[in-house]
Amino acid sequence: MTRKLSMSGAINEAMKLAMRKDENVILMGEDVAGGAQVDHLQDEDAWGGVLGVTKGLVQEFGRERILDTPITEAGYMGAAMAAASTGLRPIAELMFNDFIGSCLDEVLNQGAKFRYMFGGKAQVPVTIRTMHGAGFRAAAQHSQSLYALFTAIPGVKVVVPSTPYEAKGLLLAAIEDNDPVIFFEDKTLYNMTGDVPEGYYTIPIGKADIKREGSDVTVVAIGKQVHTALEAAEQLSQKGIEIEVVDPRSLSPLDEEAILSSVEKTNRLIVIDEANPRCSIATDIAALVADKGFDHLDAPVKRITAPHTPVPFSPPLEDIYLPKAERVVKVVSELLGTPLEV
Amino acid sequence: MKALESSKDVALTKEKAQWMYQRMVEIRNFEDRVHELFAKGILPGFVHLYAGEEAVAVGVCAHLNDKDSITSTHRGHGHCIAKGCDLDGMMAEIYGKVTGLCKGKGGSMHIADFDIGMLGANGIVGGGFPLACGSALTAKYKKTDNVSVCFFGDGAQNHGTFHEGINLAAIWKLPVVFVAENNGYAEATPFSYASSCKSIVDRAIAYNIPGIKVDGKDVLAVYQAAEEAVQRARRGEGPTLIECVTYRNYGHFEGDAQTYKGDQEKAEHKQEKDAILLFRKHLLNEQLLAESEVVAIEKSVEAAVDQAVKFSEESPYPNASELLTDVYVSY
Ligand SMILES: Cc1ncc(C[n+]2csc(CCOP(=O)(O)OP(=O)(O)O)c2C)c(N)n1
Ligand SMILES: [Mg+2]
Repeated sequence: MTRKLSMSGAINEAMKLAMRKDENVILMGEDVAGGAQVDHLQDEDAWGGVLGVTKGLVQEFGRERILDTPITEAGYMGAAMAAASTGLRPIAELMFNDFIGSCLDEVLNQGAKFRYMFGGKAQVPVTIRTMHGAGFRAAAQHSQSLYALFTAIPGVKVVVPSTPYEAKGLLLAAIEDNDPVIFFEDKTLYNMTGDVPEGYYTIPIGKADIKREGSDVTVVAIGKQVHTALEAAEQLSQKGIEIEVVDPRSLSPLDEEAILSSVEKTNRLIVIDEANPRCSIATDIAALVADKGFDHLDAPVKRITAPHTPVPFSPPLEDIYLPKAERVVKVVSELLGTPLEV
Repeated sequence: MKALESSKDVALTKEKAQWMYQRMVEIRNFEDRVHELFAKGILPGFVHLYAGEEAVAVGVCAHLNDKDSITSTHRGHGHCIAKGCDLDGMMAEIYGKVTGLCKGKGGSMHIADFDIGMLGANGIVGGGFPLACGSALTAKYKKTDNVSVCFFGDGAQNHGTFHEGINLAAIWKLPVVFVAENNGYAEATPFSYASSCKSIVDRAIAYNIPGIKVDGKDVLAVYQAAEEAVQRARRGEGPTLIECVTYRNYGHFEGDAQTYKGDQEKAEHKQEKDAILLFRKHLLNEQLLAESEVVAIEKSVEAAVDQAVKFSEESPYPNASELLTDVYVSY
């Protein structure tokens, strides 16, 4: 049975299913339950995460499995790495991905390295769930999209879902995975609804999804930007231009095959990424196609990204900070040499 | 560790008393207004209000001058006002207008004014500890007698930077005053759960620095404790840790249902334990200010906050070109 569910509902459901299936799955983070040791507080009134994504988990699984942590990211993130390598399967919530500055070592030098550095003797089945994304008026330290930072680290997998259906299936796959997986949740997508099957299912990490087929230009888009691409696709379609929208869904591993074969068909590539452009996923994918798909290209690769600035607070500035469908339409038209009709 | 039982013997000049009362009322009024504007959907984003904790920022900043610096937190409006930030510029910043103290680019969590030593509200919990060490290092190196104050919450003291910052300040004898605002909660998590030490000030022992715990609702107690700590820092004798026990009247951020708080505690902090009411009573009882003077302050503050809102609403948003300014490289 499939029904409509929000993105946050889908993520919440995935965690419940994983915890019912495997008693070694635990969740830890700041206020993931909320109100620890407050006598009068009923579990159903507890926060369940700063935006309510983990609500209800403490009622079902209790405070032994839903662990509120102090504001001590290095502490609990490091603990999650070694708990994972000694028999648990923790989900560690890093409230905002921006806070990775407080616990980067635990990921970069600890968890990510164990399996390789210890000659394959250690496994680190940890899932780090974290919020990212601009557009929430949350300003420079709560709005970044730092998936490229993690993708640059060998030993971790990086997942960025764009729909509730994928969020659920990919999160279940992440929790099952025996390597550290960083799971990115765009805070501005939490209320987006979509069809989500009931019950347990996984979506393989490392497989892209073609969100819309087309033959004129390949548009690879990450996370929320998939929806920007789809919006542009609608507008372009009315002019007879069909773009192919490729959602990589995971950035590490990256489904190179899906991207390259799409470019082979369309001979043109645009990447939409709301992160900053330098050393970004957009740049990485551009390099991939320049290297392995050069013969298929009829035009330069175009990257549509945020500018190379922090995220501004002021609403009109933040609005122009993010990629827009209009910009995609314009770049597609330029690539195809079709003049823009206004 | 010392606990200050009574602050009766603190002698304030009339000017000081006036300044302190005005600042406290400014903070309360400003925050109440931001609360209303947020509820109406006029202000966006994450907004953390300081109402209820006025005595801490004001009692400490009463000893500072414009060359002294402070580091702040996500709950920074009160620190800004106590340090002397312009209300118009602050409100405009929260609106995201170009006339804001950071041109609208920072917002509520990032208000700063370096000209008066306000080194920025901070969206990263624990971000302030090392920063306060840095501005104190400048003061020490340049042999000014300036001090740095680091305001932080009970939640922040569990972050690693607390320990690194205090130890650094202690071994280098940096002129820092670490001011804990123990309002009992970090978001929805009680202090009693998250902290192994039952008092934040106990941690001073571990770093071999003086620590003092005060009733953070009693502005005179805070004032007295801070005086000693600031003077010690100015004399080059190193850091002090002050724990102020306080309470935030609103939620963690605007929109928080606060189910983790008890009804009784909420009520008593708005009435008999309210820092502003207590100070007002003291001022009148001790005849430091006349009723008419107190009322005049209250009226003028209300007008100033009205003016700040008007100024903000009439101010323009930044131009699109502002997106690419003040950053090293633009692509
Ligand atoms: C490094 C980091 N971790 C977590 C957060 C999210 N967060 C913001 S405020 C807060 C609680 C802070 O509590 P406390 O230090 O007691 O300050 P208060 O809000 O009570 O003033 C948390 C967890 C953050 N901003 N930065
Ligand atoms: Mg607190």
